Amino acid sequence: MLNRIILRGGFYGALIFFIVFSTAPFYVMLITMFKRGHDLFNPNNNPFFFNEPITLEHLDLLFTQTLYTKFLLNTFLVGISVVAITIIFAVPAALSLARMAGRWGENLGIGIFLTYLIPPTLLFIPLSRVVSTLGLQNSLWSLILVYPTFTVPFCTWLLMSFFKSIPREIEEQALIDGCSRIDAFFKILLPISIPGIITVIVFTFTLVAHEYIYALAFIQDSGKKTIGIGMTTELVRGDVFYWGALMGGALIASIPVAILYTLFLDRIISGLSMGTAKR
Amino acid sequence: MAVVELIGIKKYFGHVKAVDGIDLEIKDGEFLALLGPSGSGKTTLMRLIAGLESSTEGKIIINGEIVNEVPPRARGIAMVFQSYALYPHKTIFKNIAFPLVVEGLNKEEIKKKVLWAAGLLGIGHLLDRMPSQVSGGEKQRVAIARALVRRPKVLLMDEPLSNLDAKVRHTAREELKLFQREIAVTTVYVTHDQAEAMGLGDRIAVMNEGIIRQIGTPEEIYHEPVNTFVAGFVGIPPMNFIEQDSVIIGFRPETFLPTELIPDKDLMRLRFRVERVENLGSHRLVYGTIGDAKVISNLSLPYSIREGEEYDFSVRLKDIRYFDKEKGVRIKR
Repeated sequence: MLNRIILRGGFYGALIFFIVFSTAPFYVMLITMFKRGHDLFNPNNNPFFFNEPITLEHLDLLFTQTLYTKFLLNTFLVGISVVAITIIFAVPAALSLARMAGRWGENLGIGIFLTYLIPPTLLFIPLSRVVSTLGLQNSLWSLILVYPTFTVPFCTWLLMSFFKSIPREIEEQALIDGCSRIDAFFKILLPISIPGIITVIVFTFTLVAHEYIYALAFIQDSGKKTIGIGMTTELVRGDVFYWGALMGGALIASIPVAILYTLFLDRIISGLSMGTAKR
Repeated sequence: MAVVELIGIKKYFGHVKAVDGIDLEIKDGEFLALLGPSGSGKTTLMRLIAGLESSTEGKIIINGEIVNEVPPRARGIAMVFQSYALYPHKTIFKNIAFPLVVEGLNKEEIKKKVLWAAGLLGIGHLLDRMPSQVSGGEKQRVAIARALVRRPKVLLMDEPLSNLDAKVRHTAREELKLFQREIAVTTVYVTHDQAEAMGLGDRIAVMNEGIIRQIGTPEEIYHEPVNTFVAGFVGIPPMNFIEQDSVIIGFRPETFLPTELIPDKDLMRLRFRVERVENLGSHRLVYGTIGDAKVISNLSLPYSIREGEEYDFSVRLKDIRYFDKEKGVRIKR
């Protein structure tokens, strides 16, 4: 009896710990967004509650005195473009590596994944030469060009293990049932792969949304910044941090991603686990 | 309806000779069972006929047309995979309809044909379900319905019953044979299960190491094996072998009986030391030795046998098969 109580207590204790652990940042973001500056910076105040009446001044700053909506729009534009490019390249690459190249495909897949491990903090130096040679500096196109250099390898690798988990017989069955290879891909393989592709879309989009170093290196105009650098360069002025606006901006930007994850959570999980489990 | 001819077919995967020179003619409407242990090349041979592999050498001819360069979709074949390979994202109806949809038939016709195939296999009530919602036996029927719906010239089946449990497998075998007769489609059936091959095949081709060791009716394969491989592979338990005067003597366990139970006079008498008796209800399997050779007797008549004792057993001379000791091939005597 006592054992059971301890066990249950331990279980719920752990559960509560993780709930607090994962929601606390969002809670702090939410209340900071509506706190008066005086409330925020007084060390005697309890940081977890409103000690003074709430205010919308930070949101006003965010939306009227910065280009926040423009940052959101830019991030969205770059995100959509990069997702499209990534899908166009990664899907055929992953398919051919998974299905046609035999052991070579396996090794090549690992090689492709390794390129993902080269840190952008080194890569942005040569890439900035590429960008300037192409005349793309200070343009969203530079990001649309550069982001696929890490999203395509990563997503190819992810999709490769996903395609491998789809039994080859299903494809061969389609070939026998009257399909050409192309038909078999579009009519059978692609529809089955939707969880994997959704996973790739969500991952790519999140990677793009929080990318920092390339955006910082290639974009200078405020109106062309994405959310990651826009916020940190426009709302940190010298040593002044506009905490309320920073938190508000971060929270609002994370809402679409949260919605995306919630809507497709089941498919993302099946996408990820289908890639890892053998059949 | 079609005749399938294979002429000098070879398939090498690097150094591995999966299929090593096969000549075979499958007659119109025939049910041919390809029987062999795993790795014998039987599945590769079937995939060559299907066009999923291309042969290293040789010709594949369907109805007089060389199809080596013809893609699977244009060969007029249908195939049932061991895993059934149902499309997981389509309903049963759409699974069966898929070959017709690809062919570009209109909706009316598709519906008519799907209902025909589903009716033939008794799965009309499952058409709205997803593959994940039906049992293994039902999946197998769906796969066969999908294969038949286009009225293929040749039906290829790769161990379609091996994923079913023993009871279902037995009825499935019976039904398979019945409907194959009904629609009389030329069928190639790959299996490692000799009971399936014996029960289903009009003819059996026994394969090993990429070549056909023997081809014939189930009776021929069982009673007149041409070498020790076939004799030892077919039959549960397999044929007994003992060495005598530089030949191998083979006899089936059910022909190896206590001398007093055999009415014939022309016998080979043998001293049989019994080691273990396995009672299987309808019959007993008696394990023991003759000299150094391990042999088995399949005893369906009442006879008192005790483990550890020696008995006077015999085989009728006409039930004995002789094989060359070096090459293992049959010697006529």
